[in-house]
This record gives sequence, structure tokens and C-alpha cells, in this order.
Amino acid sequence: MAVNEYQNIFTRVQVTGPAEEGIELPKGIWERQGTPFFSYWLGKIGDAQVGPFYLGTFGLLSLAFGLTAFEIIGFNMWASVNWNPIEFVRQLFWLALEPPAAEHGLSIPPLNEGGWWLLAGFFLTISIVLWWFRMYRRARQLGLGTHTAWAFAAAIWLYLVLGFIRPVLMGSWSEAVPFGVFPHLDWTAAFSLRYGNLFYNPFHMLSIAFLYGSVLLFAMHGATILATARYGAEREIEQIVDRGTGSERAALFWRWTMGFNASMESIHRWAWWFAVLCPLTGGIGILLTGTVVDNWYLWAVKHGVAPAYPAMLPATADPLMGAN
Amino acid sequence: MIKQWFAKTAGIALGVVLLAGCEPPTAESTQNGFRGTGMLQLEQPKVREAKVAANQAPAASPALPATPPYAKDVYQNVQVLGDLGVGQFTRLMAAMTQWVAPEEGCNYCHVTGNLASDDIYTKVVSRRMLQMTQHINANWNDHVGETGVTCYTCHRGNNVPAEIWFEDPGPRSAAKAGWRDNQNTPAPVAAMASLPYDSLSRYLLGDEEIRVIGNTALPSTNTSSIKATEGTYSLMMHMSDALGVNCTFCHNTRAMADWTQSTPQRVTAWYGIEMARDLNVDYLDPLQPVYPEHRLGSLGDAPKANCATCHQGVNKPLYGAAMVKDFPSLTVEAGSSAMGQLSSDAAAAVATSEAVDRQDAEGT
Repeated sequence: MAVNEYQNIFTRVQVTGPAEEGIELPKGIWERQGTPFFSYWLGKIGDAQVGPFYLGTFGLLSLAFGLTAFEIIGFNMWASVNWNPIEFVRQLFWLALEPPAAEHGLSIPPLNEGGWWLLAGFFLTISIVLWWFRMYRRARQLGLGTHTAWAFAAAIWLYLVLGFIRPVLMGSWSEAVPFGVFPHLDWTAAFSLRYGNLFYNPFHMLSIAFLYGSVLLFAMHGATILATARYGAEREIEQIVDRGTGSERAALFWRWTMGFNASMESIHRWAWWFAVLCPLTGGIGILLTGTVVDNWYLWAVKHGVAPAYPAMLPATADPLMGAN
Repeated sequence: MIKQWFAKTAGIALGVVLLAGCEPPTAESTQNGFRGTGMLQLEQPKVREAKVAANQAPAASPALPATPPYAKDVYQNVQVLGDLGVGQFTRLMAAMTQWVAPEEGCNYCHVTGNLASDDIYTKVVSRRMLQMTQHINANWNDHVGETGVTCYTCHRGNNVPAEIWFEDPGPRSAAKAGWRDNQNTPAPVAAMASLPYDSLSRYLLGDEEIRVIGNTALPSTNTSSIKATEGTYSLMMHMSDALGVNCTFCHNTRAMADWTQSTPQRVTAWYGIEMARDLNVDYLDPLQPVYPEHRLGSLGDAPKANCATCHQGVNKPLYGAAMVKDFPSLTVEAGSSAMGQLSSDAAAAVATSEAVDRQDAEGT
């Protein structure tokens, strides 16, 4: 296997030369940071060169705000076990910074009854938005398109719907998600239960379709390119007009398999849109829940989505409504 | 070559280690709903065997006739079982000893040489428990059916039933930060989930609303919060754990709230929640002053009952063994003690408030 792999440009062989410093930066206050070095083990999964790194104003501010949020969350978790370091580690996945109780509505609650949660959310949001600006600006300064920034914006949309937009529309911070590993999963399960089964929410369905679709496309594309690498298929665009190239074989494989094939350009648009539509539709689904639909199962019955099953058990009636 | 051999061996070893965490594929499934709805119960035969062995009812001694002399005429201070024949009375006392204090014997509750004395707290508690047992068998048919309950249903030969609960204050937090809103720590009551850990106090002692799901497609009057849903979820995890069943034993999980798609067991369970609350409020919690300190919870509250107290991991306690048919005196409410009087007043109050609730529910 490794005998002739070095002959392929698309290869796992690590070839090291002088570190790549990158193009000249335009004049500004920031330099790239750090002396580049090579890591054999990182080279196993990516480029062996580490650094230099460009932090910039947005990056620095984003890290500062992000760290603040991280500390507020972490210290509250630690405080919840009364500063016991062993319990902090043991219970880490159970611990959380909890949003305020329902009775506080959208007012600012006392610090230790959800106020810390509000602060952490505020700092985290600033951090994330600054990171978005950084991403946008890095792309522009390298002369790239801003596709990455807009894909990240789709994720920010879902984050804002869950933690800000929907709670505001519902009139209560208590509707938002806690910061914690198991607690946010419990929140998710309770959210679906409260609103009559989220699986009947068509935007949730779309979101799942795009999530699984992304996985499928990722696997198809990754496999196709790896499989045709022996013909140099990574040089997609150069090969696209020639016969017998790796690119053409990739296209033929799918045309013969399912009658249709993406082009070397369109497959990346497919991937981008599937990935972006996952949080976009998911966010819409969350936004509609509780605001305009209260019970998704009953909504689905109303619109002929949920089937009725034949009765198999003795008829059961609500004891509060029944014969009593 | 050696490298490949090593990689293969390591791979196989890793696979074995990962699979070691799995259950053997011997679980038996029982379908209890329409096909395709996922309504089935899974149980490992070995687990069931162990549970069956651990949940056997003891045999009752032969019944005796209700002939005079009566217990009230022979013994003093017999407040609950006075109308039994002396033979019957002694038989029940012997059975109770076997059920509750097989090692300690009569003197676990009685003062040696003065059986009439109420000086030991356990005698006062057991009298109240007798009344509770009669109350359950006489009034909670909707939950216990004809099977009924005896002391053994909960006690199983223990002085104190193995499954009781106290109010859970949760782990101590720091003063200015770390507010956890009664959740976000492994909650024993909720199968160690990070759900609320005080759900029994909220629903089986208090009467916080358990129904959180709206019954209209579009928003109307239901303002239940997600946090309230987490509380209900915690209670449901307790029920699932206590009965050794999963959600689909009662619910069709595609529409948790819909009674018409639920199994008949959900109705039984609903009465079970009502019953547990009734017992905790009227019988178990008021005994608090009677107990010595070491029987109380960390907040000084009396031991209370939940689903596990009787069920102990089985959906029908003792696999449905009808012990009470051998002790008919436990099926009728008798007795005229002050506490007995108190309880029937309280029961009347509960009945009234239930009627009001029902009207409210019908009104909406």
C-alpha cells in the first residue's frame, strides 16, 4: 500500500520543507503570532505545520468575552457543589448554569437565581458574534468568498433562537436552554414532551433530513474523491474537461450508479446548502414551538400528517373526565 | 507484519472491551400496543428469575372463625382490630410479626408484660399503619384492585420498608453562585438523570400539576413551562424505575398525553399517584411527631411512600399475589381512635377537593 503512495500528490506521506509563512499582511496593528513548527501526529490527520496564527482585534475580544462566559459557567457549576473539586469532576456532566425560574419572566433576576445565566449568555453571544466578524474579515483579507462566515451565521441563528429570540417571544428567560451537558439534553427531551412531540414538527423533520443528508453527502463525496485519488482526482478543475481522468471516472461512477451525478462544482454547493439548511430549518421549527403551535402531535393530526392506528387495547379514558 | 498483527489484536481487544458493556441479546420483548408504535416491554429472563425469587409472598396460616370472645373484650387498648375473635386477632398479630419484625418478635412493638401499653413508638405507628392498610383496601380499589395490600407488600420482613423517601434538600451549594433550581445533579429519584431531585415532594406530597402537555394544537390556556415538564419527567422516571417498566407500559410515546392511545395500566397508575399522595398527606407525614429522630429524614420529615415502596421493581407488587384475601379484617375500615377520626375528616376534605378539581377539569 505504502509502496507507491509517494507517487501520488494526494497522499498520506508527510514531506517537510521550510515552514510556509503565508502571504504578506496588509499594514495593520496585528502580526501573525508564533514560530511555526511541525508535528508528526497532527500530520496524520491534517497539515503537519502548526502556526503561525493570526489573532486580530476581533479574535482577541472574542476570546476575552468567550473566556468570561466560560468562567461564569464553570465557576457556577463548581459553586453548585460547594467548591468541592472532587464532586466537580465526578458530577461535571450533570452540572449546569440554569436559566431563571418562570416567575421572573423577562426581568433581570437576582444574580444567583438566573442572573449569572443571563450574564453568561450575554458574554457568550458577544463572543460568538465577534468571532463571526473575525471569520468574515479573515476570508475577505485572504481574498476569499465569505461562505464559511455565512455557514457559521446559520448556526448562530439556531443559537439565538434557542437562547434569545424564542424566550423573548414567550416572555420568559426560563424557556431558554441551561448551560450544561446532561441538563441541556434533559431540556431538549422536556421541550419535545411539553410541546406534544417535536418529531411532528415539519421544520424539525426538514432539519433532520438536512442533518442526515449532510452526513450522506459527506460520505459520498469523501469516498468518491478518495477512490479516484489514484488518478489525481483532487485536481478536479484541471481534469474536468478531459477524458479518462479521475474526475470523469468519479462522475461516471455516480451517473452509472444512480443515473445522475453532481458536478465537481455543484457537489460543494449541495454540501454547503445541506449543512446550512440544517440549523436554518431547525431554528424555524424551534421558533414556531410554543409561539404558534402548542402541541405538534395534535397539529399533525389536524393536518393529516399523523396516522391513526387501529385500537388494540381496551378503551382507555382520562380518569378525570371519565365515569367518575 | 508485527505491526499489522499488533493492530489486529488491539482492534479485537478493543471490540471485546466495548461489547462487554452490552447486555446479552437474550432480552424477551412483549408487545403491548399496535405494531410499529414501539410499544413493547423488554426483560432479561435472568433478571426476571431473580425478581420472581425476591418477590414471593409468604404462606398464610389457616384461617380461624370469628367467634367470641372478641379481642376487645379480652385485651385492653385494642382500637382497630377489637371486633376480631381472639384466635383471629392472635393469628394476625403473629402474621404481622412475621411480616415486619421476624427477628425482634412481639417486643418490637409491645412492652414486655404489658401488651396494652403504647409506650413504644412502633406500636403507635403500626396501629396507624393498620388503619392505612384498611383504608387502602377499602377505598383504593381503583389502584390495588382485588389483590389488595398487607403489611408485607411494603415491609417484606423489614422493620422499615426498603423503599421509603424523605424530602431531598439536594447537595449543598455555595452562597452567591451555583443556584441549581433543584436539579442538575445525579438524582436518585429520577434514575440518576440531571432532572429535578425533589419531584416526590412536589407530586406525591404536594399536588403540583403533573399534566404539562396542552390538549389543543395551537396555544390556548396551557402555560406550563419546560421546567415544570422536567419535574413531571422526573416523577415519571421514578415510576418507570419503581415498576421495572419503560414509558410504553402506559403511554404511546408519540402522544404521551393522549389517554385514548394509552394502555389501561395508565389509569391504574394515575390512581396510584392519587393514592400515594393521599397516604403521604393523611397517614405517613402526620406521624412525624411520633418517630424518634433516627427515623426522620435530613430535614426532620417523616418517612413516606412512593411507587417503589410497594412495587419494588415489579409492575404488580409480589407479582400480584393476593395476600389480603387471607386477612379479611384488613379490607374494611374499622377503629375509633382519635387519629382514625382525624383521617376520615381529612379523607372527606380530600374527596371534596377532588370533586372541585374534577369540575374544573370538565369546565376546561
